[in-house]
Amino acid sequence: MKDRFNLYRFASPATFYPLAGVLIPYFAAVSVVFGLAGLYLGMLVAPTDFQQGEGYRIIFIHVPASWLSMFIYLVMAGWAAIGLAFNTRLSGMMAQALAPTGALMAFLSLWTGALWGKPMWGAWWVWDARLTSELILLFLYIGYMALTAAIDDARRADKAGGLLLLVGVVNVPIIYFSVKWWNTLHQGSSVNLTKSSMAETMLWGMLLMAMCFWMYSIAVALMRVRTIMLERERHTDWVKALLAGGEK
Amino acid sequence: MIHWNSFADFLAMGGYGFYVWGSFGVTALIMAVEPILVARHRKTTLARLKRQLRAETRNTAE
Repeated sequence: MKDRFNLYRFASPATFYPLAGVLIPYFAAVSVVFGLAGLYLGMLVAPTDFQQGEGYRIIFIHVPASWLSMFIYLVMAGWAAIGLAFNTRLSGMMAQALAPTGALMAFLSLWTGALWGKPMWGAWWVWDARLTSELILLFLYIGYMALTAAIDDARRADKAGGLLLLVGVVNVPIIYFSVKWWNTLHQGSSVNLTKSSMAETMLWGMLLMAMCFWMYSIAVALMRVRTIMLERERHTDWVKALLAGGEK
Repeated sequence: MIHWNSFADFLAMGGYGFYVWGSFGVTALIMAVEPILVARHRKTTLARLKRQLRAETRNTAE
């Protein structure tokens, strides 16, 4: 059984580090391809919206950024749960590598939302359930980053940050279902599994852009986690060997 | 089939140009700058760790 492919092997930073290095250019390339296809469909081919004119085209980045801001948080909370349960080294590093990208996605969701809200609702911002819970998500990201940065011991920082992530995860379903649970100014979802209220080209443009943002996030997080690994494992033999070997 | 009649049409976005390009511009900027910052941080971290390792090995050799 010694040749069996073992997934757990990649839970060790020493094996994950080179694997991540190999994967980054592929994720980056796939992200660019999805992005170009999505922009082509969304910005050049998709028809005008009958209610919102050309202004609706903000959807092609607003929805992907919003999805990713929630999804990245869920992935971080998942890593936090694994880390707290099994005390694995990799999980804390993964959560830390994802946080800045998740925060940027939450910021982009709010930014593009403001630029969309102004012409459609007449306001950059309203204290509506959807917008407020997304703002709380941004604060959760910032809080996690500030908390982990303030604790010198990396393992303790992971534990404290992981608890914050798990407590805050309740906010994600609140964001997602806010347009159903409350009377909000924000429109309901345009896409669900059975039917969609959008034209085909609009829908595909949006899904392609979502894939682009997703692959981008993976690529950047993998880049970041490699640096975190070097930093945290600097006293181990595998990092010393890499450094002595002139790792670039 | 391209939806636009002219490049000026495309830029104007039916009067929503400011909002649409304000959204896409900031998104593009962030997605261009973030990987650059991450790569730069990796470079400085690597240089520092290499320096520290050299200092360590020098100390243990003495």
